[in-house]
Amino acid sequence: MCGNKSSMNLIRIENLCVNYGAKAVLHGVDLNVNAGEIVTVVGPNGSGKTSLLRAIIGATSPQKGKITLKDNLKIGYVPQRLNFDSSLPMTVERFMHLSNNINKKECFTALEKAGAPDIFKSQISQISGGQFQRVLLARAILNKPDILLLDEATQGLDQPGSALFYKHIEDVRRETNCAILMISHDLHVVMSTSDRVICLNGHVCCSGTPASVASDPEYKAMFGAGTAGTLALYQHHHDHDHDHSNKEVEPNA
Amino acid sequence: MLDDFMTRAVLAGIGVALAAAPLGCFVVWRRMAYFGEAIAHAAILGVAISLMLQISVFAGALMVALLMAWIVTLLSGKNYAMDTLLGVLAHSSLAFGLVFVSFLSGIRIDLMAYLFGDILAVSQYDLAVIWLGVILVLLLMYWRWSALLISTLNEEMAYASGLNPKRDKIILTLSLAITVAVAIKVVGVLLIIAMLIIPAASARIFARTPESMAIIAAIIGCLSAFGGLEAAYIFDTPAGPTIVCIAAISFVTFNILSFIYKSIRQ
Repeated sequence: MCGNKSSMNLIRIENLCVNYGAKAVLHGVDLNVNAGEIVTVVGPNGSGKTSLLRAIIGATSPQKGKITLKDNLKIGYVPQRLNFDSSLPMTVERFMHLSNNINKKECFTALEKAGAPDIFKSQISQISGGQFQRVLLARAILNKPDILLLDEATQGLDQPGSALFYKHIEDVRRETNCAILMISHDLHVVMSTSDRVICLNGHVCCSGTPASVASDPEYKAMFGAGTAGTLALYQHHHDHDHDHSNKEVEPNA
Repeated sequence: MLDDFMTRAVLAGIGVALAAAPLGCFVVWRRMAYFGEAIAHAAILGVAISLMLQISVFAGALMVALLMAWIVTLLSGKNYAMDTLLGVLAHSSLAFGLVFVSFLSGIRIDLMAYLFGDILAVSQYDLAVIWLGVILVLLLMYWRWSALLISTLNEEMAYASGLNPKRDKIILTLSLAITVAVAIKVVGVLLIIAMLIIPAASARIFARTPESMAIIAAIIGCLSAFGGLEAAYIFDTPAGPTIVCIAAISFVTFNILSFIYKSIRQ
C-alpha cells in the first residue's frame, strides 16, 4: 500500500544553502521525501537539522537552491516544545481545536487513539511529558496531513518513552499512509524504524537504509563506533516488529 | 446620577478596558510588558511633536509609538539584551518628550494630563476617536486571535499551518500602538501598561482557556474603570490613577481569595 505513490515527491529539495549571518549552516543539500515513507535526519548539534526543517515550512528563506512542495501539501508539525508558561491557560481540548476545524467528537477520538483520552479537560501545563508529546502528535494528525514533520519530538522522554512514541508514529503511518520526516539526535531508537536515514552535517554526509548508514565510515566518524552496538541491541529487542516493516517498505527507498 | 462628562468618562474608560483586555493577555503571554512600556513612553514624545506641529495628538502619538516599535524590532538581537535596549529606548523617549514639551512655551500645557490621563475632560470628539480605535483593535484581535495564539505557542507550528507569524506580530504591535494612542486621554502614558497587564493578570486566576481569560479581563477592566471613576468622584482623587488603583486592589484581593480557597481545599 505504501508503494502506490512512491514515485511522487512530497518534498523536493535541490542544492539548498542556508546562511545565518556570514555562517553557512546548510550547503548543497539535496533531499526528497516520497509519499508514505519515514525519513530520519540525524546529525550533531549545529549540523543544520533545525534549519532544514525551518526552510521546509518557510520560516527561513534559503540563500540558494530550491524547495518544491507538492501542490496543496498538508503539513502536520510536531514541535519540540511550546513556549508557554503558567500565564497562558490552555486545556488540552482547546489546544486541539487551534487551527483545526473539527468537532468535539473527532477531537476526543484523536486523543483516545493517541492513548490519552482522560486528559481532555486538563490544563496543558499539568500533563506529563509523555502525554504532552502524544497530544502534540494527535493535534498534528487531526487535519489528515500528507506529511508529518517532527522536530526532536522525543526530547525529554526516556528511552522506553521514546520507543513507545516512535511505535505510535509507525502506527500513524500504517493507518494513514502519511509520510514522516523527523530530525533527531536520538539515534538508537530512530534508526530501526526509518525507511531512510539522512546523516547531516552542514551537507548530506551519507544516506540510505538504517543498516547501511550505521556501517558507513562517515557516520561512524561522526557518532563513534559505539552507536552501532546499541542499534544492534535495539533491533534485537524489536526484531519481530521492525525488521518486518522495514522489508515491506524497502522498495520506496 | 451621572453628569454628562461622567457619562463620557465612563464610556471612554470602558472602551479602553475592552481593547486592553485581549491585547493585555498577549502582552502577558508573550512577555511584552517592557515592549509595551517603550511604546507608551514614546507616545509622550509623539504628544510633544503633535503639539509643536499642531496636528492631532492621537495621530502624533500613534506615529511615534509605531516608529518606536519599528526601531526596537530593528535593533533587537544585536548587541544588547532586549530588556536593556527597551530600558534605554523607553526612558530616553520619555525624557526627550518631557524636554520637548518644555520648549513649547507659547502654549499652556497640562503635562500631568498626558502622563496620567484626563478622563473627565474627554470630549465628544475624543470619545469618537477612542471608540473608533477600540473597535479597530477588537476587530484585529478577533481576526488574528487563533493565529496569534498558535505563533505565541510555537512559531514553527504557525508557519507549518500556513500562517505568517511575522505579519501577525506586526498586527499585534499596531494594535498595541493604537490602544496606547487612544488611552492617553484616559489613563495617560505612564499608566497604560497597568490597564493592559493588571486585568489580564487578575483574570488568569479564574481562566481555563485563553478566550475566557480575555473575557474575564474585559469584565475586570470595565468594573475597574467604572469603580475607579466613582471612587474618584467620591474621594476627589485623580481619575486615571484611581482606576488603576481599583484594578490593583482587585488583583491583590483575587489572589488572596484564590490562595485561601486553595488552602481550604487541601
